[in-house]
Amino acid sequence: MSQPKTIVEKIWDQHVVHEEEGKPNLLYIDLHLIHEVTSPQAFEGLRMAGRKVRRPDRTFATMDHNVPTIHRNVIKDEVSKKQMETLKTNCDEFGIRLADIHHPDQGIVHVIGPELGLTQPGKTIVCGDSHTSTHGAFGALAFGIGTSEVEHVLATQSLWQSRPKTLQVKVDGVLGTGVTAKDLILAIIGKYGVRFGTGYVIEYTGEAVRNLSMEERMTVCNMSIEAGARAGLISPDATTVDYLRGKRYVPEGEVFEEVAEQWLSLASDEGAVYDQTLSIHADEIEPQVTWGTNPSQCVPIGGQVPDPTFVQEDRDGIERAIDYMGLEPNQSIESIPVEHVFIGSCTNSRLSDLRKAAEIVRGRRVHEGVRALVVPGSKTVKDAAEAEGLDTIFLSAGFEWREAGCSMCLAMNDDIVPPGERCASTSNRNFEGRQGNGARTHLVSPEMAAAAALEGHFVDVRKYASTVGG
Amino acid sequence: MEPIKQHRGLVYPLDRTNVDTDQIIPKQFLKRIERQGFGQFLFYNWRFKDDGSQRDDFSLNDPKYDGASILVGGENFGCGSSREHAPWAVQDFGFKVVAAPSFADIFYNNCFKNGILPIQLPKPVIEQLMEKAEREKYELKVDLEKQTIDDGDFEVSFEIQPYHKEMLLNGWDEIAVTLTHEDKIDQYEKQNKGVKTLGIS
Repeated sequence: MSQPKTIVEKIWDQHVVHEEEGKPNLLYIDLHLIHEVTSPQAFEGLRMAGRKVRRPDRTFATMDHNVPTIHRNVIKDEVSKKQMETLKTNCDEFGIRLADIHHPDQGIVHVIGPELGLTQPGKTIVCGDSHTSTHGAFGALAFGIGTSEVEHVLATQSLWQSRPKTLQVKVDGVLGTGVTAKDLILAIIGKYGVRFGTGYVIEYTGEAVRNLSMEERMTVCNMSIEAGARAGLISPDATTVDYLRGKRYVPEGEVFEEVAEQWLSLASDEGAVYDQTLSIHADEIEPQVTWGTNPSQCVPIGGQVPDPTFVQEDRDGIERAIDYMGLEPNQSIESIPVEHVFIGSCTNSRLSDLRKAAEIVRGRRVHEGVRALVVPGSKTVKDAAEAEGLDTIFLSAGFEWREAGCSMCLAMNDDIVPPGERCASTSNRNFEGRQGNGARTHLVSPEMAAAAALEGHFVDVRKYASTVGG
Repeated sequence: MEPIKQHRGLVYPLDRTNVDTDQIIPKQFLKRIERQGFGQFLFYNWRFKDDGSQRDDFSLNDPKYDGASILVGGENFGCGSSREHAPWAVQDFGFKVVAAPSFADIFYNNCFKNGILPIQLPKPVIEQLMEKAEREKYELKVDLEKQTIDDGDFEVSFEIQPYHKEMLLNGWDEIAVTLTHEDKIDQYEKQNKGVKTLGIS
């Protein structure tokens, strides 16, 4: 038998177009996803150099970052409007399929790729967006690129890339009741920091990872970039195959079964060697809340804001974060009041996320003074949620029910957290100013966000044990 | 892209770790469809108050750093989003070199596409540079060919991938380089018509 290989090595070897001593490899790109914010300058570059898009059939565009989530036709910001119009013009000119703001397939680029079956195991997938790591959930090698690289892929369907190092993150055991995929990835980043993945592709393995649904796997892989890794993936298995069966852009019938065999053969071989392995046990993990301004600054719900007096490393950074967040050292997490709740983003806006949040919310009311938003990840998610009445559950509890888009994750549209106000958010970044200038973000799971909306402060979602499966 | 071979300039020390791309260029400035003019928005929320006036508590507003072209930062510089608006802002503001103990991967790569030289140096060296630059007007000479930085008193060498080095030294248009291999891309596509590179239609 040949040398056992990791999935990353297998995908890499299949995609090398050209290699040369002392240079990165020229890597073929199977799928290029595009959105309005990071593409205009790339198309302009093509135009100025008189270049074409090599494979419009491997390119797919949508509008997500800027889009209004209340009235689709009311785009108050002229600059946002122009950016969306520019994408439309560029897609028309270069023959690229576009799910624009009125299209039934529109949604967050990392939600629609999998939902349409564009995302498949073994593919190399890029997008001018760092959360492209999401697609790794399918056993694809997917990573974010800058606009110059967007232009490069448009022109050549390839990229110069150095072979990455591999990092296995192994999660043994079973996640407890009320402990979600979001808590898993936050706990990993909390334990190992925001740069342990730099220079690596992460492969998540172990019993707890195998037990995750596809949507939960996407939540985990999504935040690989928050650990510094451009890509994070999970070897395909029966869960992957079952999810993809019947999706629009995957083959049907016998061909599907053949393709599925190939997908499964991509899984990392027994005995494959990783450059590094880290581990965490599922038993260690509790529902998480971030208190600071980077995703590693998180603690279990029963915990406290740290006291900088007792920390050795990056004391200034921690002091600055506590100050920015308007918190006190040693303050209990449960005592932190919440004014905004955002359920959405490419991390947590899929149907299963909304279902789980709705279970907590059902028959209850949003706490006085809390503004709570649910923003489905795509039009398809929104329609499916409405078909099973989730919108009614949220609306009658006092939540707002919006159109699909990135929304308050990065507040490029009108969904902004005002300065100094606090938001429990299911998104992926708690950076300063991320949800609005001066806004204070706490990252949590959809269940924890829903519970915070009801109580006006953070609470242990496990107290709703009967509705979280306990 | 303008080539870089050597550069001499004033150092600006930014003693913060995990400086993310949302700080380098906040999202409200990502809506422009041009590539130029982002320098005015660099570190916007740190440099300016809500009313648009300058903050006194952010060091880049200190006149002693006027004209700085070498930014020395902390660990994990440029983490967060893939927005190339971040290096566009850094470059347009006037920085040609960014030195740090570690960089986020996407930001690091994006630098090379925009004629910025990112230099990774051991933490003690970075701390030394920061200390000097905080104390007085501090200039450094960066020599990409020799892979050294030099302040007249001490010289330190740095590592860089040969490919990245060549790109900056020559100011290459990377797409033009790739298109010299177009026959190989054609060949790859012919050989891989099968399932694993299935088109999307």
